[in-house]
Amino acid sequence: MANKFIAAPAPHMHNPHSTQSLMRDVIIALLPALAVSAWVYGLDVLKITAIAITSCVVVEFLIQKLFIGGRQTVSNLSAIVTGLLLAFNLPTTIPWWIIVVGAVIAIGVGKMTYGGLGKNPFNPALVGRVFLLIAYPVQMTTFSQPTVAGYVDAMSGATPLASVKSLAGDASFAEAIGGVDFTNMLYGMMPGSMGEIAALALIVGGLYMLWRKVITWHIPVSILCTMALFAFAVVFFGGERGAVLYEFPAFHILAGGALLGAIFMATDYVTSPMTHKGMIIYGIGIGAITMIIRLWGAYPEGMSFAILIMNGVTPLINKYVKPRRFGKTSAK
Amino acid sequence: MKTFPIGGVHPSDNKCWSKDKAIEVLELPDVVNIPLAQHIGAPATAKVAKGDKVLVGQLIAEATGFMSANIHSSVSGTVTAVDMVPNGQGIRQMMITIKREGDEWMPEIDRSKDIVRECSLEPQAIIAKIKQAGIVGMGGATFPTHVKLSIPQGCVAEYLIINGVECEPFLTSDHRNMLERGEELLIGVEIIAKALGVKHTVVGVENNKPDAIANLKKIIAEKGFDIKVEPLKVQYPQGGEKQLIAAVTGRQVPPPPALPIHVGAVVCNASTSLAVYEAVQKNKPLIERVVTITGETMATPRNLLTRMGTPISKLVEMGGGLVEGDVKVVNGGPMMGRAMVNIDSPVTKGCSGITVFVGKKAHRVAVDDCIKCAKCVEACPMGLEPYLLIKLSERQMWDRAEQERIPDCIECGCCQYTCPAGLPLLDYVRLAKQTVMGIIRARAAAEAAKK
Repeated sequence: MANKFIAAPAPHMHNPHSTQSLMRDVIIALLPALAVSAWVYGLDVLKITAIAITSCVVVEFLIQKLFIGGRQTVSNLSAIVTGLLLAFNLPTTIPWWIIVVGAVIAIGVGKMTYGGLGKNPFNPALVGRVFLLIAYPVQMTTFSQPTVAGYVDAMSGATPLASVKSLAGDASFAEAIGGVDFTNMLYGMMPGSMGEIAALALIVGGLYMLWRKVITWHIPVSILCTMALFAFAVVFFGGERGAVLYEFPAFHILAGGALLGAIFMATDYVTSPMTHKGMIIYGIGIGAITMIIRLWGAYPEGMSFAILIMNGVTPLINKYVKPRRFGKTSAK
Repeated sequence: MKTFPIGGVHPSDNKCWSKDKAIEVLELPDVVNIPLAQHIGAPATAKVAKGDKVLVGQLIAEATGFMSANIHSSVSGTVTAVDMVPNGQGIRQMMITIKREGDEWMPEIDRSKDIVRECSLEPQAIIAKIKQAGIVGMGGATFPTHVKLSIPQGCVAEYLIINGVECEPFLTSDHRNMLERGEELLIGVEIIAKALGVKHTVVGVENNKPDAIANLKKIIAEKGFDIKVEPLKVQYPQGGEKQLIAAVTGRQVPPPPALPIHVGAVVCNASTSLAVYEAVQKNKPLIERVVTITGETMATPRNLLTRMGTPISKLVEMGGGLVEGDVKVVNGGPMMGRAMVNIDSPVTKGCSGITVFVGKKAHRVAVDDCIKCAKCVEACPMGLEPYLLIKLSERQMWDRAEQERIPDCIECGCCQYTCPAGLPLLDYVRLAKQTVMGIIRARAAAEAAKK
């Protein structure tokens, strides 16, 4: 009998997930938002996305080959996810070379410096994005108008968050968000970064990832609930009454990078906590910091900073927040 | 529907290959090798020597000390050796080799098919009979049953839980016993309940065996047993003792060294209950058991009533034989079974099935870097953090590993099963657990010496 007996310890079965399959699912989940973006802004979106993905993959490949050595990790698809997310955080007017700089910072500094996937403390795409935001503030905040037919220019080139922010100084909350068209925000008909505009498409992607068990609900739900409660409390204690009590929280969830951040960026495995309890603490932190920056900070958008700050807190959360151990609460 | 509270995974159950195959009696082997250690605890002491004639059911090795079990001959014939023979893992182990001649049984064993319900024995007499018959946990843990039924001072058994969960994928031997020998099995349960004097008796069966659940319920209703059947939501490792107790009673056994009896529960495997029936009512020691031979590529998966000591190669042959190339023959199920390199090794009391994997499935998946996806933390039924434990183990940080409660690990394999990076989590956790347990024992010994 020509048999070779394989003897390894149990378990002898493995579930069909692999790092690659998880990353593939994230890519699939991002496609609806990409499609909406391409529809709203035109084919430039696909060009920018292609440049971002290609740069990220090439940078990872070269660093692995020239500096780290060992097995190539490009096939785990994580560089493609980083490229997609980086592109999603850019405006369509961005010059191509800034995208390449972003990719070098995201993959080179944000990820490979630490030894590659799994070892980076901060979300690479956000490291790239925040670098670009600080280094090239003008190019990063010049948003074009949606080019799709039927779009009515209600907010004149500024993102909804930016226009509300510029008003909020002297106007009431109700006046500030008075010009907001919620339907347009749901469908992505607003100026903004490529991937953050399509609220519905992002939610569909999030549901897909939940269904495929790529992510759990804890991080997105805790971020969005915190943001909504925070916004509600600010308006309520600011003395406002009426519809604005609900519109203001809804606006903050739909506007800017809230959904993109909560569903796709904060849920990055490597940089988020390991326990459900920890994930909720992390989500509350992100939600609160985002709102503090949005309402009182120098930037209209705070999601990226909030996620990076909480990425930094993650090791501490992992150290102190332990899962519910079996047998700790014995009945009787 | 009830289930356990933390973690768990859902491997595809793969019961389809053998669940509808009625139990068949395997042809008697020409030679059996009967190991002296088929249970947790001290190996039994051989009572026969080369050249002795033995009958089926004759005591050939006696329990040594408290935690041990008797061993009986599974065939009639001549003892040809009491010597070291390689086991499934290729490690030499003391075994009694018997060359079979005919099939002569000990005269006191009742081989009729008549079902005897009436049992007038006192609890102590029941336990003595179980001890005499050499019964051990047949789900794989092989804990001597008479030790389990002897309740320590100060503890009270409230629940007897019969483990008919069979949460290991592929295996169907408990399933077939519940289906084909339900009444005898339930009488066995009734006898164990009497020995323990419990108030509640529950048979936990996972919901992927609706026919077994229906069959047991029907017999209970018709014959008036005071036993409850509890269908459980399918989830691995529900058959783990602590998980099953939590699923059925809601009570969680505290961390080691606490035992199930500390929450008032005693758990017994379904096939073990059947063995108890045969031992107490029929004077039949544990000399045969149902073994599933299965695997996706096996031509004829079966459930075979097999004499202890039969070479596993004989079962594999009955299942259709091995195909060419790389194979993994597992003694037990895929989640906790042990891969074998020597399939001429014998079937023992804890062997509920033989699962065969071939080709790519015989090998582990490729290993990637940990991406901290937290799936292992989510899957761990004990609420541990396998990703952390593997690092502590690699770095030999045994104190930290103890603080992180590594002795709680039940080695179910959920973490490794679920890891998308294919990391050998359980290998490292097991290493750390063994080391830490050694340290704990050494510390206790040192403490004792001081006093």
